Amino acid sequence: MLTNERRQVGRAMPRIDAPLKVTGRAAYAAEHSEPDMLHGAAVSATIARGRILEIDSRAAKAAFPGIAAIYTHENRPNAAWLDRSWQDETAPPGHTYRPLQNDRVLFDGQPVAFVVADSFENARDAAAMITVRYEVETPETDLTTKLAERYVPPKKRSGISPPPDPRGQPEEAFKEAHFRISGDYLIENEHHNPMELFATTVLYGADGVLAIHDKTQGSQNVQKFVCNVFSLSQDKVNVINAYVGGAFGSGLRPRHQLFFAVMASLDLKRSVKFEIARSDMFYLSYRPAMYQTVSLGADAQGRLTAVLHDTVQVTSRYEDYQEVVVNWSGLAYRCDNVALTYALTKLDAATPGDMRAPGAASGLFALESAMDELSYEVGIDPLELRRRNFVHFDQNENKQLTSKALRACYREGAARFGWERRQAKPRSMHEGHELIGWGMATGIWEAQLQSAKARVRMSANGQVIVQAAASDIGTGTYTILAQIAAEALDVPAEDVSVQIGQSDLPETSVEGGSWTAASSGSAVDAACLAIRQRLLDMAQKDDASPLKDATVEEVVIRDGHLRLDTDPRAGVAISELMARAGETAIEEEGKAGPDAKQMKSFASYTHSAVFVEVRVDEELGLARVTRVVSAVAAGRILNPKTARSQILGGVVMGLGMALHEESMIDHRSGRIMNHNLAEYHVPAHADIQDIDVHFVQEFDDKASPIGVKGLGEIGVCGVAAAVANAIFHATGKRIRHLPITIDKILGETVGKAA
Amino acid sequence: MKRFDYLKAASIREAVSALAGDPKARMIAGGTNLVDLMKYDVEAPGLLVDINGLDLKRIEETETGYRIGALVTNSDLAYHPGVVRRFPLLASAILAGASPQLRNAATTGGNINQRTRCYYFYDPATRCNKRQPGSGCDAIGGVTRIHAILGASEACIATHPSDMCVALAALDAVVEVEGPEGRRDIAFLDYHRLPGDTPERDNTLRHGEIVTAIRLEGEAAARHHTYLKLRDRLSYAFALVSAAVDLKIENGKISRARVALGGVAHKPWRDLDAEGMLVGREPSAEATDAFAARLLAGAKGQGGNDFKITLAERVIRRALRQAAAGTPQIQHEKAIA
Ligand SMILES: Cc1cc2nc3c(=O)[nH]c(=O)nc-3n(C[C@H](O)[C@H](O)[C@H](O)COP(=O)(O)OP(=O)(O)OC[C@H]3O[C@@H](n4cnc5c(N)ncnc54)[C@H](O)[C@@H]3O)c2cc1C
Ligand code: SF4
Repeated sequence: MLTNERRQVGRAMPRIDAPLKVTGRAAYAAEHSEPDMLHGAAVSATIARGRILEIDSRAAKAAFPGIAAIYTHENRPNAAWLDRSWQDETAPPGHTYRPLQNDRVLFDGQPVAFVVADSFENARDAAAMITVRYEVETPETDLTTKLAERYVPPKKRSGISPPPDPRGQPEEAFKEAHFRISGDYLIENEHHNPMELFATTVLYGADGVLAIHDKTQGSQNVQKFVCNVFSLSQDKVNVINAYVGGAFGSGLRPRHQLFFAVMASLDLKRSVKFEIARSDMFYLSYRPAMYQTVSLGADAQGRLTAVLHDTVQVTSRYEDYQEVVVNWSGLAYRCDNVALTYALTKLDAATPGDMRAPGAASGLFALESAMDELSYEVGIDPLELRRRNFVHFDQNENKQLTSKALRACYREGAARFGWERRQAKPRSMHEGHELIGWGMATGIWEAQLQSAKARVRMSANGQVIVQAAASDIGTGTYTILAQIAAEALDVPAEDVSVQIGQSDLPETSVEGGSWTAASSGSAVDAACLAIRQRLLDMAQKDDASPLKDATVEEVVIRDGHLRLDTDPRAGVAISELMARAGETAIEEEGKAGPDAKQMKSFASYTHSAVFVEVRVDEELGLARVTRVVSAVAAGRILNPKTARSQILGGVVMGLGMALHEESMIDHRSGRIMNHNLAEYHVPAHADIQDIDVHFVQEFDDKASPIGVKGLGEIGVCGVAAAVANAIFHATGKRIRHLPITIDKILGETVGKAA
Repeated sequence: MKRFDYLKAASIREAVSALAGDPKARMIAGGTNLVDLMKYDVEAPGLLVDINGLDLKRIEETETGYRIGALVTNSDLAYHPGVVRRFPLLASAILAGASPQLRNAATTGGNINQRTRCYYFYDPATRCNKRQPGSGCDAIGGVTRIHAILGASEACIATHPSDMCVALAALDAVVEVEGPEGRRDIAFLDYHRLPGDTPERDNTLRHGEIVTAIRLEGEAAARHHTYLKLRDRLSYAFALVSAAVDLKIENGKISRARVALGGVAHKPWRDLDAEGMLVGREPSAEATDAFAARLLAGAKGQGGNDFKITLAERVIRRALRQAAAGTPQIQHEKAIA
């Protein structure tokens, strides 16, 4: 075993890429340039539904001789015809949107023309001079008027489980329950808005090879997409996403800026750069609005006897975008009578997309608000209600769990928050003008493992290089991969060079679903194990070696030596082994992926307990979140510093969901009116006060080979409900419509979604 | 963005004649509003007259108060020791607005001349009488969260977004302007206007005129004042409703009451008659309730902003309480006093 001071994994190591980032040397997709390259700008539709009658670019052409091309649906170069060619790894079923395919406008903000010119300014200003005439059709963009047209998606989206079949007698159980509550919940569209705008720089090589710097969560996903859409062979396309300035899921699918930049580059045989505007970010992707109904029945002790959860969620006309919204309600608590339904309704809008904890963040808002409501009905503490309904297996699939330290989250989170000092009655705590409310919620997210490979190279002089096509979207992947290799090979993590974010590196799934640390981390660990095995093989060539009879499990790498774990004095220098074998370095590949056999009997989730204090100035309708405790059980924590940052960010995003974020759509035109960061409100510094992140101990040897479960999304889960529950505790007002803005707190409607 | 000519004015006269000679000319100060509008193609000046070289950056003490040059930044004004001492209401209102970075760039003249934040005004694909006179107003019946509840017209329901101006209205500031016909003073209350059927005109500045200074004169509350702003997050958002209050209290009775509302109308909203109701009375709940009712008598919601009527009433009451108690809202305190 390693002594503590030599541990690399579990150390709060600062990001190894931090110096590059804070000095501006980490180049993002739009920051790669070449002399004489071309720049693109798009013209966005200003209607949500209709047909393009005419695009007039004469004035633009006359004003800007530097225009290299203007593309519209009338002159777009050929691209793949089949839907399948346009579907990336993460695409939902349907007809993938293809830029400039025809004269149809399917959503507000859809790009309808693309200008390529000799400078960014010329492209942008020329685009502004292009006029488009439309035949406008009446759009439908209001979810609440389209509930009746709900449908169950006929084809399921890969990786997204549909709701389980009902179990028990949910309707009857609900009717006969001792306690019953029921409510409707509405959430509005939310937008990802990572700091970095979507951008693609295509560098057109002399040999026709494209080096594509793209803002994406998966370089190989993009590479395949480009190859399929433009009929190119993989050796002609390198995709690089070395640094990604946040994405939150918006970068899972290839975005239109990629298509345009590659299309123009191939057509003009020139290097092209295209970065979209902030306002266009609002049309790429969003957490979909949805309407949910949750009914809970419980016995006299508050044990759940019925759980019913129905959802109608927005999608576009052309794709059946799906996420897991209601399934959580069947596995969060023990209950034998459960009915869950999930339906879509089509609007004249872009296809929604995965946004940090897609489905769970939304579904848990409804479920955890309902649980809170039930606790008052039963007359017990909301935390106690959750304890009483604790379940230790996955009832949806009837599987064991790889681990579930949620009780520890409840206990330790409550202690850090001071929950025992809570006065049960709503409106019973106040200070000054403000009512104080304490609310809590449970968070759940799936702990997944995806297929990933990694290559590790160890030189005789102790230098280590880790390579994988993984992406670091700001989460700390560079750092934790260095730590894992460093620990396995016993070198300082600072000496490990991590090369990721490139499509020609070992195969890795897109970065999403919180699976990268577990998947790529396990692959690196496996590669290191393979190195150890190689070294052992080398050592055992020598019959006199003290390691002659050892197995790979019995040897460790220490101080540049391969040693017996039980007797560290017995060992041999790695440099010597390599010299003898005539090698200067050893390189091995490792891989990780879901274990189909284990998945038959085990399910794996991360859990959290979120405690929130709000202060509500009731007269003015103003709610402030003054304290949050997020206690998280996520298996092994590789780096407490980057891990904490993930949870902090998740909590902040949850607060935005709870109190601020929504796209304001003018349903007459179907257009988003607040498509800028002045009017689409995310929390500002003043909105964020004390956030205490706590990781409970959780040992898990099944979730992934390295015991890691992942942290990217669990931080946001449950936060919106905890805030709404705290507001109820403060004011006695149950608000079921997010975001909870001043008007809703002032409003008189209680108990009904607006 | 459309291409434009650029002139760095060396003197007020040069700026005025450039502006007077070209109806498509605009002056630029801090640029925090104008550049945004140009990027959105809402403003497309043929000539940009940069006034940053003009000698309008000083805050001068006068016999009765201060003369604040049009190019004094919002930050410099908010932290000017004399202003903080004698007109703390103004300093407070400025600090309630925007962000430190914006306040470092934004100027006094630019702030009072900033345009509305109406979503439709910002979006050239919609109809907007302010942007394009006679085209219609798409805000009416649309997304109206940030729109007016007072003084709106059938042509326009926009609000003036400034916080600073609400305080200036309560403090009876004077706007000094210079134009082709020379200099003149405009009482602050007459500076901004209601939309009527010419919403394209935000204010009473005449063609070719520029604002050179703001004058603060006379007495203002040192203690019995407040700027209270309610918005959709705790900082860095425009007011849904705000109130600037300046009271004089003698022997427990109000002897001067000046109350301006922000976020509710095309200009900072004051009602001198309603203020008269407070004079001679104790700052009691009845007095403030009656005042709020009177001030909001004509209030009318547009759907999405109906809640602002209730909110305004409560903001007025709370702000009057704060001012009467001598506990003005401290802008970095997020709990409301
Ligand atoms: C994201 C964001 C948030 C903001 N939040 C707030 C807020 O909460 N509260 C608030 O009050 N403000 C807020 N602001 C607005 C900010 O206060 C204004 O943009 C700023 O005051 C404008 O000053 P400026 O010097 O930059 O003006 P400029 O942008 O240079 O000019 C604005 C307008 O004034 C005209 N102008 C400039 N100087 C003169 C002059 N001397 N005489 C006549 N006309 C002149 C210009 O021609 C132009 O039309 C915010 C702005 C942004 C971008
Ligand atoms: S409210 Fe005024 S500014 Fe807004 S769209 Fe109507 S006319 Fe234009």
